[in-house]
Parts: sequence; C-alpha cells; structure tokens
Amino acid sequence: MGSYILKRLVSAIPVLLGITVIVFLIMAMIPGDPATAILGSYATPDNVEKLNRDLGLDKPLVARYFIWLGNMVTGDFGRSFSLNRPVLDEIVERFQATLVLAGTAWVLCAVLGILAGVVSAARQYGFADKAITFTVLVGISIPSFFLGMMMILLFAVNLRWLPVSGMYAIYGGGDLPDLLRHLIMPALALAAVATGVVARLSRSAMLEVLRQDYIRTARAKGVRESRVIMGHALRAAMVSIIPVLGIQAGFVLSGSVFIEIVFQWPGVGRMLVDAILKRDILLVQGGVVFVAACYVLFNIAVDVAQSLLDPRIKT
Amino acid sequence: MNFLALLFRNRLAAMGAVVLSLILALVLITPLLPLVDPDVIDTGNRFKRPFTEGALLGTDHLGRDLLSRLLWGTRLSLAVGFAAAVIAAVIGSAVGIVAGYFGGRVDNVIMRVIDMLMAFPYILLALAIVAALGPGLINALIAVAAVNIPFFARNIRGIAVGLAGREFIDAARLAGMGHMRIMLTELLPNVLPVIIIAMSTTVGWMILETAGLSFLGLGSQPPQADLGSMLGEARAALITAPHTSIVPGVMIFLIVMSINLLGDGVRDALDPRLKSGALSRPMARTKVDRKGPIPAGSDALMDIRELETQFHVKKRVYKAVGGVTLSVRPGECLGVIGESGSGKSVTALSVMGLVASPPGVVTGGAVRLNGEDLLDMPFEKLRQARGDKVAYIFQDPLSTLHPLYKVGDQLVEAIRSHHNVSNREARKKALSLLKDVRIPNAESRLDNYPHEMSGGMRQRVSIAMSLANDPEVIIADEPTTALDVTVQAQILALLDDLRRSRGLAIIFITHDFGVVAQLCDRVAVMYAGRIVEEGPTQEVLDAPAHPYTKRLIACVPELGQGRRELAAIPGLPPVVDNLPEGCAFAPRCDKARDECRMGDVALRGGAPRAGAPRAVRCLFPEEEIA
Amino acid sequence: MTLALKLTDLSKTFPLPKTLFGPEKPGVRAVRPLSLDVQQGETLGIVGESGCGKSTLARMLVGLLEPTTGTIEIEGKAPDTGNPAEFGKLIQYVFQDPISSLNPRKTIRQIMESPLKRLYGMGRRDRAQRIADIFDSVNLREEFLDRYPHEFSGGQAQRIGIARALAAAPRIIILDEPVSALDVSVQAQVLNLLARLRAEFNLTYLFISHDLAVVEAVSDRIVVLYFGAVVEVGKAEEIFANPKHPYTHLLASSAPVVGRPLTAPEQKGTELPDPLNPPPGCAFAGRCPRASDICHRQDPPLERMGDDQFAACHHPL
Repeated sequence: MGSYILKRLVSAIPVLLGITVIVFLIMAMIPGDPATAILGSYATPDNVEKLNRDLGLDKPLVARYFIWLGNMVTGDFGRSFSLNRPVLDEIVERFQATLVLAGTAWVLCAVLGILAGVVSAARQYGFADKAITFTVLVGISIPSFFLGMMMILLFAVNLRWLPVSGMYAIYGGGDLPDLLRHLIMPALALAAVATGVVARLSRSAMLEVLRQDYIRTARAKGVRESRVIMGHALRAAMVSIIPVLGIQAGFVLSGSVFIEIVFQWPGVGRMLVDAILKRDILLVQGGVVFVAACYVLFNIAVDVAQSLLDPRIKT
Repeated sequence: MNFLALLFRNRLAAMGAVVLSLILALVLITPLLPLVDPDVIDTGNRFKRPFTEGALLGTDHLGRDLLSRLLWGTRLSLAVGFAAAVIAAVIGSAVGIVAGYFGGRVDNVIMRVIDMLMAFPYILLALAIVAALGPGLINALIAVAAVNIPFFARNIRGIAVGLAGREFIDAARLAGMGHMRIMLTELLPNVLPVIIIAMSTTVGWMILETAGLSFLGLGSQPPQADLGSMLGEARAALITAPHTSIVPGVMIFLIVMSINLLGDGVRDALDPRLKSGALSRPMARTKVDRKGPIPAGSDALMDIRELETQFHVKKRVYKAVGGVTLSVRPGECLGVIGESGSGKSVTALSVMGLVASPPGVVTGGAVRLNGEDLLDMPFEKLRQARGDKVAYIFQDPLSTLHPLYKVGDQLVEAIRSHHNVSNREARKKALSLLKDVRIPNAESRLDNYPHEMSGGMRQRVSIAMSLANDPEVIIADEPTTALDVTVQAQILALLDDLRRSRGLAIIFITHDFGVVAQLCDRVAVMYAGRIVEEGPTQEVLDAPAHPYTKRLIACVPELGQGRRELAAIPGLPPVVDNLPEGCAFAPRCDKARDECRMGDVALRGGAPRAGAPRAVRCLFPEEEIA
Repeated sequence: MTLALKLTDLSKTFPLPKTLFGPEKPGVRAVRPLSLDVQQGETLGIVGESGCGKSTLARMLVGLLEPTTGTIEIEGKAPDTGNPAEFGKLIQYVFQDPISSLNPRKTIRQIMESPLKRLYGMGRRDRAQRIADIFDSVNLREEFLDRYPHEFSGGQAQRIGIARALAAAPRIIILDEPVSALDVSVQAQVLNLLARLRAEFNLTYLFISHDLAVVEAVSDRIVVLYFGAVVEVGKAEEIFANPKHPYTHLLASSAPVVGRPLTAPEQKGTELPDPLNPPPGCAFAGRCPRASDICHRQDPPLERMGDDQFAACHHPL
C-alpha cells in the first residue's frame, strides 16, 4: 500500500508540471508587452522594471517558464500588486476559508447523494424514487448562485433564521457555532448540484450492479436482502461512485467561486475574480496553480481509497 | 420516427421539449416583437415592480425594461451555450476517436494532455483563459468550450477503444480500408449516438457555465446583457428589488431544466440497453402471477409441476417456459438438455424465484420442495431455503462470485446467513469445504479474491459455496460451459463424487450430450420452452423417441470418427414470443404431418418417476415407448 | 501439391508496459517460434485451450498483428507483415462472434461491398453481380442485403461473415472458432457449408477451435498448441486415436464421450505456467505424468514420430 501511494505521488509530478505549463501558456497568450499587461493599471515604470527583473520578461518564453517555476518551487509566488503583499500568503489565508466551505459541501454531497441514490435504486419506480429523481432534477438545473440568492431572501431576509453573509459575525462572533450558522446556507447551496449528480450516478451504478450475476449468487445463497443491497451491491457500486466523488470535488471547488461571491465568503474564489477584474495576473497565476495542485493531491487520495476498495487495481 | 416516438413516450421529456420550444420560439421572434430597446436607460423609472404600466416584468436598477432585456438576454445565452456545446463536442469527439482508434502511444500522449486539463477544477481553467484573453462574451464562450473538450474527448475515447477492439473493425481492415475511412465510416456512426447523448446532457451545463462567468462580470459586458450578467447586476439590489434577480434566475432554471429533461429523454431513447428495459433492477424474488389452478404435488423431494415462466417486455410476451414438469429424488441426478433459448436455464432459476423480474413472471404451475410450494411461500421463508435447502452453481464463475470480497468471506457469509455460528467456526467450515472440493493449499486460498484464481479453481469455490449448508438439492446451470475441457473433466468428476458421497439430488442444466451421458441418471430434453422427451439417460441416448432428440444427437460430432459430413437440422429454433401452433418442432421436422400443426401435443408415456417408463411429446415418435 | 502457406520461425512477444523503476522486463511470449507448412486445398485444424496462443497466431497470419520474428509466405509471396490490406486478397478471416464482426450500423450490402471496392476497385455493376454470385453459393437470399446485422440469427450472421471473406477472393481462410457461438443444430449447417465451399473455390482452411470433435470432423491435419508452442502435429484420424504427446492424450481423454465412464483424467493442477515467468524446459512438465528431470531442463524439439506425425516430447507415448 505504501509503495502504491508513493507511486501515485511520483506519477503526480508530471501532472503538476503539466498544470504549470498550461497555466503558463495561457498567460503567455496575453497580448502586448507582458509586463505592462500583467501589471495593468499598476504599470508604473518602477513596477514594470521590477517585474521585468523578477520574471525575466525580456528573456525567451522557455527561460521565463523555468524562472517562474523555480521561484514557485522555492515558495516565491511573486507579489500581488493590487494587495501589495506576497501572493502565497494571501492564497494560503484565503484557501483555508474555501476549504471549510467546499469541504463541508463535498461531505454533504457525498453522504446525501449516495443515500438518495441507494434508496432510489432499491425502490425503483416507487414513490421515493420518483420524489428523489424529481428533486435531483430541480437541484441540478438551478444555478447555485441563484439558489444562494433565493436562500438569502427566504432564510435571512424573510425568516431571519440565519445571517445574510460572511464567515463570522463582525461583533462577538468567531467561535464554532457562529461559523456553523454562517456556513449552513452557502454549504447547502454549494452542495445542491453536486448532490444531484452523485445521487443520479449512485442510482444508475446501483441499478447496474443489481443486475450482475454475483447479486443473483448472493440471493441464491440466501443472504438477507438488506445485506444484498447495503453490502454486496453498494460496495460494488462504490467502485464507480468514488471516482465521481473525486470529480465532484472539482465541481464543488469551482462552484465555491460563485457561492463565495453571493455570500461574501472570504475565500480563494472571490480573490481570483477580484484579481482578474483588477488584472492582477500574478495573483491569478499563483491562485490557479495552487488550487489545481491541491486538487491533484486530493485526487491521489481518492485513487488510494479506490485501490483499498477494489483489489483488482494493482497496487 | 422511431426515435421521436420513443422520445415523446417519455412524458417528462415531452414536457421539456414543449417548454424549450416555447422559449426558442419566443427568442427567435424577439426582434419582431414590439419591445422597448433593452439598453435604454431611464433612471426615473428604476425598480418598477412587475405588472406595472408599460413594463410587464418591471424595470431594473437603471430603469431598463426587464421583459425586453430578458428576451434579448435569453437569446444571447442560448446562442453562446449551444455554440460552446457544438465546439466542445466536435473537437472533443475528434480527439477521442483518434486516441481510441489508434491506441498505443498516440492514445497515451493525447490522454496525458487531457488528464492534465482535467486536473483543473473547471472554473480555474476558465478563469485563467478569461484572465488572459480579457473579460468578454466571446472569450467566455472560448473558455467554456475549452474546459468541456476533455469531457467529450475522454467519454468518446472510452467508447472508441471498445469499438476499435471489436471484430468488425478488424474485418474492415482486412477489406482494405484505410485508417481515415475506418474512423469516419465504421467508428463515427457507432459513436454518434454517444456524442448526441453527451451533448444533450451537457448543453445545460454549458449554458450554466457561461451564465456563471457573466454573473461574475467576466462574460458579457454592459450594456449588452445575457441572463448571467442580468443576475449579476441585480444582486446588489437583491433585498430591495428581488424581482430583478428572480426574473433572469427563473429563466435560467427553466432553460436548463427543460434541456435536462429533454437530454435524459434523448439518452433513454438512444441507449439500446434501456430500450430493452434491461436497466431495471431485478427484485429480490421473481414475480408470481398464477392465473390457472395450482396443480397437485407428488411425494418427490423436488417437484416442478406445469411450470410456466414468461418475460413481459413492453407488449411482447416471451413464453420462455411453457408448462414444464420435472422431479428429482434424493441422490438422483437429472439432466436437462436443450439449445439456447429452449428455456432450460429459466426453468432452473424459476425454482427459487431467481429469474430477473421485471421482466420475468411466473404465470403458472407449482414448485414444491418436500411438499411445500416455493412459489407462494413468504419471502423470508424462501430466503431461508435458498442456499440452505436448494443451492445453485452458475455458469461463469468469474461473474458469479463477488469481485470485491475474498472467497473465504463469501463462503463464511453463505454459512452465517443460515447458521448462527461464530466467524471463526464458519471459517473453519469454509476451509474444510475448500478441501472437500480438492482445492490445493486451501488455507492460503481463503484469502484470495476471485480474480486471483483460475477458472477451474473459481468453479470449485462456487461448488464449495453450494455445499456450505448441506443442501438437499443442487441446481447446476451449465457449470462447466465456460471451462476448458481438461478442467471440465475434473469438475464433472468432482460433482459425481460429491453426489454419491452426500446423497445429493442434482438438477444439471447443459447443452452437451456427452456431459449428460457421463453424469446423469435421467434426462429431459427441452425445445422451445417445453419438455419434448424424458427418460433414463442411456435409453434416451440409445433410442431417442422424439425426432428432435434423434436429430440433435446426430448433429453432435463425436471424437474418433475422423473426417466426415455432419448431420444438420434445417431451419432455426422458433422465437418464443411467436410459437407456431401445435408442435414447435414441426416446421423443422421431416416427419411432420398436418396433425402436428394443429392443437397441443401432449407428453405421452408414464409419469416421470423413479424407474418409470419414458415420455415423449410427439404424435409420430421414432420409437414406440411403453 | 503446392504450398499454400509457409511459416518460418513465426513468434509474437507482447512487451510489458515499462515501469519507472526496475529492470526492463522480457515481455509475454504469446507464440513461440513456430514453423509450419500448409498444402494447397488442405484444412489444417489448430486446437488448444484458452491461453495457448491460437488467436494471436491467427491475427498474425492476416496481418492484424505484426510478428516479433519470422516470416509468412502465401503461395510463394511474402506480403508486408502488419498490413492487412495487402494480406486481404490472399488470406481472409472468419471471426468467432458472428454478430460482433458485422458493423451494426451498416447494411449487409455495404459490408459486402467494401472488400470489392477497396481491394479490387470494382464498379457498381460488377459488385452487384459478384455479391449475387457469392450469396448464391452460401445459400443466403439477396433480400437480406438491405437489412442490418441485428436482424439475423447467429447462424445466418456467420454465413454473412463467410460470404464477406469469400468476396475478397482469398486463397486461404482462417476460421477462428467459427461455430463455437452457435447451437449444435446450426453448427452442423455452417460446417457442411464450409466443406462445400472449400471444394468449390479450391480454398485452404486454417480451422481454429477448442472443440476436438469438431476439428477432427473437418480437418486433414491437426496442430495441437500448448502455451504458445506446437506440441504435436498429425493426421486428423490419427492424432487423437494415437497421440504421441501426453498433452494430446489428456485432451482426447478429457472430452466427454457418450458411453465412456466419468473419470478425472488428472489430479494435478490444471493451471498453465505463469507467462511472465515461464519455467525452463517443457511447459507441460508440471502437469505431465511422464515428466522426468530432462523435461524440467530442456525444451523438447518437434520430432517425427511415425508417418506424418510430429511431437515435441522427451517421453512420447
């Protein structure tokens, strides 16, 4: 097992390098003089000169890439001109807030989605199945940012049950209950779509598995039906559900950009959008590479979980 | 035609289609409608409520007419969403087909790049592209199309790999076709439905994604508005003027919902597996819906009487088993022989309610074990009998053992489902079972997964599992068909030993006369869902009474007779949803007369009992039977 | 008699995927160097159990797989190995699964036309005539031409597969388990058709099957493969009656026969050797009741044992 994890980590190196190449190439598409373009409205002669020196912008593309990469490996993501602080500090701070939000939403979507899918499949064409299928359809059709806005209107403005936005109350907040109260709406709004996708997939994976010969074998040997569903079928279905949970983590991370804006959550997504609008390219570059790298590592964890579940994967 | 009929039979899909066409129609005639210019600012009339004079849906924060903005915005959103979907589908599918067809290094390189693109949460890539190209609707379109290419490429590649390994691709190469031609004329038509399914299920997504970018202010730029930017601009006034948010939000929801409904409908209509109703889950027990009277039983250990099992697929009724009567005594081995589609396996599965249902239904007859009818037994009691009194061995041991459980655990489970014993005791019993079926190094084999064993070893595990609770009857459904002949010989010898030493009754389903001859005391021959002949194996083989039996035996080549012309039966077995009247074999039988094609032909001869004479379902049998 | 097919030292080794660490692995030897002559008009049967390399051999013979070593000569010509289009006119293939070998989205006419168009560049009228002739000889009605593959039963589909192979006017046809997906009553129809076509078109057949009785019924000579190598070659009427190699004997005595009592012919394991790590010497030694020391050390060569019979065994029967 340890050697498998090591192998997967090693194989992630080219993927991580690929990510930096892709981000670098996309940023190289910026037309005009790179320094001026990167700095945008912060392009004072001083700043332009400094950036040219830092990134070697007068050098050829390949050399520039390696300078940039070398800096990043040593933890130097450059300096954000709009915030006037090191990019990495800002990202790390913001990413923690995103992790709280996206992590909660991911756990919600996994638990609720699988549960809904299993119930739906076990009661195929029954009332529960129809109700779940319909709810899921609504869930995956509604834009998360619109759902969030409607939740604010209903639960915060009209019913006054929950705070409108933010991560902590400005006065007297900061403890866990306060965080949870602020977390409920954004996490639910963020989880809605992913839950729908996981539920659909779990349902069809369960239906597929329930038709397999080994389920017939389990029934033929007299295994209790509850165990057939929750043991034999769900376990086999998890083989196709787990990779989707990995993919959904990416969708939840993506969706958090919108939710952070709607709920003014101080996360990395809001930071990225602000940075794009202010054309703070170094912050964008650094943020994208950092989050993508975390996502790659997370997917390795998913693969390891998959290999623990499925002995047919060579470890 | 067929596709549309299928599509609209799905009511939800039809609903989606109606809503979507309404929206599309509205959007198409928008330029012709008497609407206010969507971009005219009138700050004096800002935030007018819906249904006020001159503004059906009210006005926004700059006093612009919301209805006009909504329709023009919908037009834009739909155009951009569809364009992105088409671009992503075309490029992604082309990449996927090339990678899947060529395989090897080409595939490797392409898929590495695709994997890297998929290593980004999609919004990051889109944000990076927009950051580089600058905010704007066309750039947002490019970004959305680009982040969806990997999805298509990967999906289509998966299908293409499967197809590229199929034999018709080899055949095309042998017919002299080049790579390009094979990809375009052999592969593309076969992946096209998948591309359409993928598109119809992702168009909604792409509309959402472009709306999202516009919502963030990175898509369409003012004053031009699509649905996303309308929502984005309205957000500031969410609490004071919620209608400015609700109007575009509901429109996005309606569009995406109707596309999703329609997309699901398209998928269901194009997916051949769903067409045959195969994706429905078999219930824990076959549905029983007996119309006629329930026949009386006999004193046999297992007694199947006039069993009828049908498959109801849409309006068609397949009479897979049409009144089968069989029985076994302790220690007896009964062979049931027939070609594919003869109903032999369905008969076997009907006994313990294991026929997949839907679509299977037991429509008549009785199955008794020690005099108790298994068909109307409460489920819990039937479950307790499964594996404990009647056990099964199935054909392909790789697909019939659970791939994720160790074989030892599967054996333990079989024991503990019926006996309240500790895990350790059950494991001890499992070990002795593996030894009984002569698996070498049984201790270490307990911790193997099925895929770590050879076919013969896996089938031994299946046999061990069937023996776990000392059942009275074992039903073996083609247990050696998937095995090599040297392995088959060992498995047959093992089964024969076990039945003699344990006094088991075996019902052995097979298509092989050689196997029946070596293993079974009695044999029943099935054709088109009915038994056509029954009797002691040796007698039936030596002097078959039914013309079908006789000619079928003649078809089987036997080793040691050298090169020769083989006997054949002309024609094909009938399809069981359209059985001919009278004898089902009559159309292929050279002795058939007019009487054979009219009315039911009864099974004549003695009752199928111990040492009883033979029975045959023929008006003009080859041998007169006593 | 002229030679239809000559194989010299033909072998196939599948390379293993390279790992980042560790030494280079030798690869899996699916077919070991193999030499064989097939006479014009002969039916050569090839038998063996799963994993013996019979399908790999067949795919090399029609150019779908490139051999690792060795040459293929067809009627004196040596086509470019690994180019099925060049092989197509000389040698054709009939597949095991008749339905899967027909493109589900093409009509039978489109399927039949492509070899005529691609290999011979025939015009429309010539093609129609040729297809009519072929359909006539395989007993298929011309009205089938505008239908799709899924409308046919296995036996009919297999006849269409045979018709397609004939359309290319090959000298040799490889029949890869052509009847194992069919029911017995239909299997005989197809086998008899094949026998008639062979005489009619003066064809040479390579008939691959796991069913000894079927192979014996249709072949002139039979090759027995085990673990990628030929263990015995001989006349069809002799080889199973008087096997020289213990493996051939085991095969023959394992086939269930009416009237022969049930006995397990061997009690040792039936596993094939590990292809990643093949043992030295004879591959069958681990299962062989006659194995001695030399068998575990030295791979036995194929030697003549009696008229027209060859076996690779240190201790022949």
